[in-house]
Amino acid sequence: MKRDRVIVVGAGHASAQLCVSLRQGGWDGEIALVGDEPSLPYQRPPLSKTFLHGTTTLTDLLIRGPDFYEKEDVTFRHARVTGIDREAGTVALDDGDALSYDRLVLCTGARPRPLDVPGADLAGVHALRDAADIEAIRGTLRTARRAVIVGAGYIGLEAAASLRKLGIEVAVLEVADRVLQRVTAPEVSAFYDRVHREEGVDLRTGVGVAGFEGDWHVRAVRLTDGAEIPADLVVVGVGVLPNVELARDAGLAVENGIVVDEHGRTDDPRIFAAGDCANHYDARYGTRMRLECVANALEHAKAIAGAICGKGKPISALPWFWSDQYDLKLQIAGLSTGHDEVVLRGNPDVGRSFACFYLADGRLIAADCVNRPKEFMFSKRAITQELSPDRVLLADPDTPLVSLLQTPARSAR
Amino acid sequence: MGTITFVEHDGTPHQVELEDGTSLMELATNNGVPGIDGDCGGEASCGTCHVMVDDAWIATTGTRTELESQMVEMSPECGPNSRLACQLRATPALDGLTVHLPEFQM
Ligand SMILES: Cc1cc2nc3c(=O)[nH]c(=O)nc-3n(C[C@H](O)[C@H](O)[C@H](O)COP(=O)(O)OP(=O)(O)OC[C@H]3O[C@@H](n4cnc5c(N)ncnc54)[C@H](O)[C@@H]3O)c2cc1C
Ligand code: FES
Repeated sequence: MKRDRVIVVGAGHASAQLCVSLRQGGWDGEIALVGDEPSLPYQRPPLSKTFLHGTTTLTDLLIRGPDFYEKEDVTFRHARVTGIDREAGTVALDDGDALSYDRLVLCTGARPRPLDVPGADLAGVHALRDAADIEAIRGTLRTARRAVIVGAGYIGLEAAASLRKLGIEVAVLEVADRVLQRVTAPEVSAFYDRVHREEGVDLRTGVGVAGFEGDWHVRAVRLTDGAEIPADLVVVGVGVLPNVELARDAGLAVENGIVVDEHGRTDDPRIFAAGDCANHYDARYGTRMRLECVANALEHAKAIAGAICGKGKPISALPWFWSDQYDLKLQIAGLSTGHDEVVLRGNPDVGRSFACFYLADGRLIAADCVNRPKEFMFSKRAITQELSPDRVLLADPDTPLVSLLQTPARSAR
Repeated sequence: MGTITFVEHDGTPHQVELEDGTSLMELATNNGVPGIDGDCGGEASCGTCHVMVDDAWIATTGTRTELESQMVEMSPECGPNSRLACQLRATPALDGLTVHLPEFQM
């Protein structure tokens, strides 16, 4: 008897979770994973953290070991999907084959936004998205002396910290007037600015890249203010573009990501999209959003597996994120968009530990916690429970956080 | 080379093969044990790998570190033997270990 088949395009965080959740949800049909990277799904976050300075191998990073896929009867094929024929219910592969599907899940992720300046294709100029990028960078580390990081988002700053740890001179360029501008409050930006300077980074904000100099290998970075910084290694981290082309070419709705409903379904009931490439309707926030974090990819995958197995539960988990730089463990709960007030617990101007809470109308909606795991776990709970903690007590280091939680409430999952 | 048992909140046991050097979180997720998510991949960042070590074993595994405490103590289900499974490495000495899972991971 022919078994139904789910095809999962892209082998990353969302697709690994999908395999797990489909089997846990009782899907006993085929699961075919098709990915254009040679490896089974691996953890991406360590790429700019431990992987860059060389303490981990790709095998250490696998989200699930090869045994798991074997046991769960999931096939993996290293190929690129080049097109979807919705009428026939097939996908075309770059090796010439076509595969038929009963359900199709697009987990194609995102790709680095290219920097459109002269010299961007010189040797020594790298992006930072997949294991191959890191291996290329690692190959240069023995000789690299001076690195320039373009973009002071989390990935750029993590790369800066990792390279400093290796004793490489690092300059960071940011076109906005502060680091992490897109994602944090000025207080948190100022903190990261201070720490990176303390660690010896030449940090320049409010300045862009005019071009890269060099014959075949990069030699210097030319800035929009006319300055030139010598460099033998450049890492570009200026954001990503969602991989939506397959969906768009198949006539599916695309708007800052593949448009899906609260179950991850596109306008074709047999096709879903998850992770960085998907723009979902979020009931908690009452709006559409496209997020770029592991937690979001996992939640999408769980919701889609639920929908495929007939036990649909809408996308609802609280988004969260983390970032490791130097001795700083940053954990972020929730989304700060729309906050109208910021409350600090601890002082970001001295030392390396504090929490920044974001409130909207008195309600806690997000928190950036630096070396404050307790504040982070508190925030996860308090945000999920929609609490409006007293701001004076929230800021008071002597008030135990537990006392600010209404008892006993289960965490929503 | 021995086994470790994960007991779900509803009492369902899952016996998995012990692999020396692997974290309990990885053992659970690689063997499809429901109730352990391990969202951060083992960096003690997410708190979704909370387990409670069986009383008889706590002396062998040791109690949680300060970092683990900060992560698990906000859970309403936190007990004296609560730990993060990603911070617990399997060794031959843990053959026969039983850990219990909370009803909810945070
Ligand atoms: C350096 C770095 C650090 C990060 N740090 C953090 C962090 O600390 N915390 C956090 O929460 N998030 C972090 N992120 C973001 C996180 O990694 C992403 O949100 C997550 O990987 C998204 O998962 P995904 O499954 O949507 O896509 P991905 O993991 O990107 O997987 C998509 C896969 O699909 C493949 N693909 C695309 N098109 C096709 C096709 N046509 N055919 C076949 N295969 C295809 C891609 O090559 C890729 O392998 C980081 C990202 C990077 C790059
Ligand atoms: S796996 Fe994230 S804290 Fe253990």
